[in-house]
Amino acid sequence: MNFWTDPVNVAAEWLKDVFIGWGMTDPYATALVYLLGAFLLVALVMLLDVFLVWVERKVVARFQDRIGPNRVGPFGLIQPFADIIKLIIKEDITPAGADKVVYNLAPVLSLASVLLLWAILPLSALVYGVDLNVAVLYLVAAGALGTLAVIMAGWSSNNKYALLGAFRTVAQMISFEIPMVVVLLIPTILTGSMSLKTIVERQDIWYVVLTPLGFVIFLISAIAELGRAPFDLNEAESEIVAGFHIEYSGMKFGLFYAGELLHAFTFGGFMAVLFFGGYRFFGLEQIHPLVAVLILMVKALLGYWVIMWIKYTVPRIRIDHMLALNWKFLTPLAFALLVVTAVMHRLLGGTQPWVYALGLFLSNVVLLLAALEILRASARRQRRQEEAVLSAVAETAGH
Amino acid sequence: MDASQIIFGLTALLIIFSALRVVTTRNMVHAALWLIVTLLGVTVLYALLQANFLAVVQVVVYVGAIAILFIFAIMLTRREMRDGGPQLNKGWPLAALISLAVFGGLLALLYNAPVSERLAASLEGQDTLGALGQALVSPDAYVLPFEVASVLLLAALIGAVYVALNKKQESDK
Amino acid sequence: MHNEWLYIGVFLIVAGFIPVAALVLAWVLGPKKPNPIKQSTYECGIETVGESWVQFKAQYYVFALVFLIFDVETVFLFPWAVTLDKLPLFVVTEGIVFIGILVAGLLYVWRKGLLEWV
Repeated sequence: MNFWTDPVNVAAEWLKDVFIGWGMTDPYATALVYLLGAFLLVALVMLLDVFLVWVERKVVARFQDRIGPNRVGPFGLIQPFADIIKLIIKEDITPAGADKVVYNLAPVLSLASVLLLWAILPLSALVYGVDLNVAVLYLVAAGALGTLAVIMAGWSSNNKYALLGAFRTVAQMISFEIPMVVVLLIPTILTGSMSLKTIVERQDIWYVVLTPLGFVIFLISAIAELGRAPFDLNEAESEIVAGFHIEYSGMKFGLFYAGELLHAFTFGGFMAVLFFGGYRFFGLEQIHPLVAVLILMVKALLGYWVIMWIKYTVPRIRIDHMLALNWKFLTPLAFALLVVTAVMHRLLGGTQPWVYALGLFLSNVVLLLAALEILRASARRQRRQEEAVLSAVAETAGH
Repeated sequence: MDASQIIFGLTALLIIFSALRVVTTRNMVHAALWLIVTLLGVTVLYALLQANFLAVVQVVVYVGAIAILFIFAIMLTRREMRDGGPQLNKGWPLAALISLAVFGGLLALLYNAPVSERLAASLEGQDTLGALGQALVSPDAYVLPFEVASVLLLAALIGAVYVALNKKQESDK
Repeated sequence: MHNEWLYIGVFLIVAGFIPVAALVLAWVLGPKKPNPIKQSTYECGIETVGESWVQFKAQYYVFALVFLIFDVETVFLFPWAVTLDKLPLFVVTEGIVFIGILVAGLLYVWRKGLLEWV
């Protein structure tokens, strides 16, 4: 182990030795090193978040045939910093009827629930926070804290729109959590472990090849969990103005906004880890740990871009359609996919890798075709019923 | 006293305090939020015991689902946010006596059990999750409870349908 | 001391500290000139009538109930998924029976019309 091949861990060990040299006992020195490491990681993530504001504004501008911020600094890169300064010196308003403690706690919890995800994201084989053996469920648990932040914000604002928005958000988040958790079981089955680092290490074939349907379900439920278009019913401007964060302004709104952008990017990162080989890219990651981090960041940015692409292209879905899509299509499909994957994985486990991959891929395709055929048949039946009603009405009108 | 004992003490204090707030606060939503603090405190205890799976499940199920259900229930059934009635009813001395007796019994049990020697071995590095999975599906271990759990959940679902259908018919009237 | 959870605990403190610091900074630097109109509840320019505490559709509660049951179920499936490789083939069927019973529950709720948003 030397500084060139493993800079982060060597630096951490060195720091720990320094602290012990100052007369600290081991657990406290470890805790202090962790504190500094966590602080560095969170600071870098927040810097990334500032950069994401710029990315988001530039990309949405391009989708809407505009240029976007281009005045402050080169390519408008300094724009988000100007935004932050504006947010900081804005007046801190707490509405009169608000429940003060809960109202101020909600944005903090909202951002913290997203930041917490970075504790388990394996940035490279050597650079990671913790390699938790229940990391996949940890992802869901952090999402639960985000849901809680939304409900706290909506309730404490003392505003009808806010409460309505919070209810919608929570109904949507908890509904789409089911297919998401079921789909999270699939990489777990394929790997035989819930540790994200092991999941990345076992992905000699990217899981998106083995379970393309699983990836699509994960993407849809991730977008719903984020509350981004087409699932942005929670802030639907034309109906409930801004939803749960209507009463928030200044830095408190800024925290919600930063949390949302970072959440989207973080989900891009988790998509990369779970389905696109994480920090691995055809052996390129072995050059240097920091190259591996770069690979993961590029993959996460691509995932984030797909989420943005969908957000700025697709119109908002209606609430009954949203719930029907989840409970009547995605959830049964996810359970079917889980059963099929478990059986295929167990049957083809000992065979050649290409047989295994092809078998899983084809079973996904067959399942998708079957699901679409069922959908088509039920739509046909519904259309016939409607036509029958219409012709009956026409007949009675004719008499 | 080492660091983990200090953390345990602080967490235990937090759990007791928030649990007391759950029953003493008059604001129903505050009670639910204090309950969430209690549940998160229990998560810390699981983490201290190195029960990783239970710790995350505690957050996923209790904070993510049950607490949300409580908040929904409060918002759906109560028009009044504040509970105006008396907080104690006639049975409180009896309830206090029973709780004290149970507490005393538990304390005596724990005090006499040779817990400290048996739990000395650290679980660090062991595949507790794998062991749990094996135990859940092995025929000579817990496979029957595992399957019965699904039937129990199904029964809960049917109960939920019954309650909801009643509510629906009422609102239709 | 379990180092994994120590790190997560430390991370939690840091992740909470950063947003709190941002809020405190904004509170220190921002102007403070409250007035009743500025602090009134926003309702598109109309004055708010009554409490914001209105009763909500029971439908939300039904979805939360169904969600809770499926959430508990999927949590049970994680240990099964982890040990799938190490156990004999009939273990796969045990999990499938477990899933099957609950999918039957989903179909029941569906047929009873509780998944409709009306």
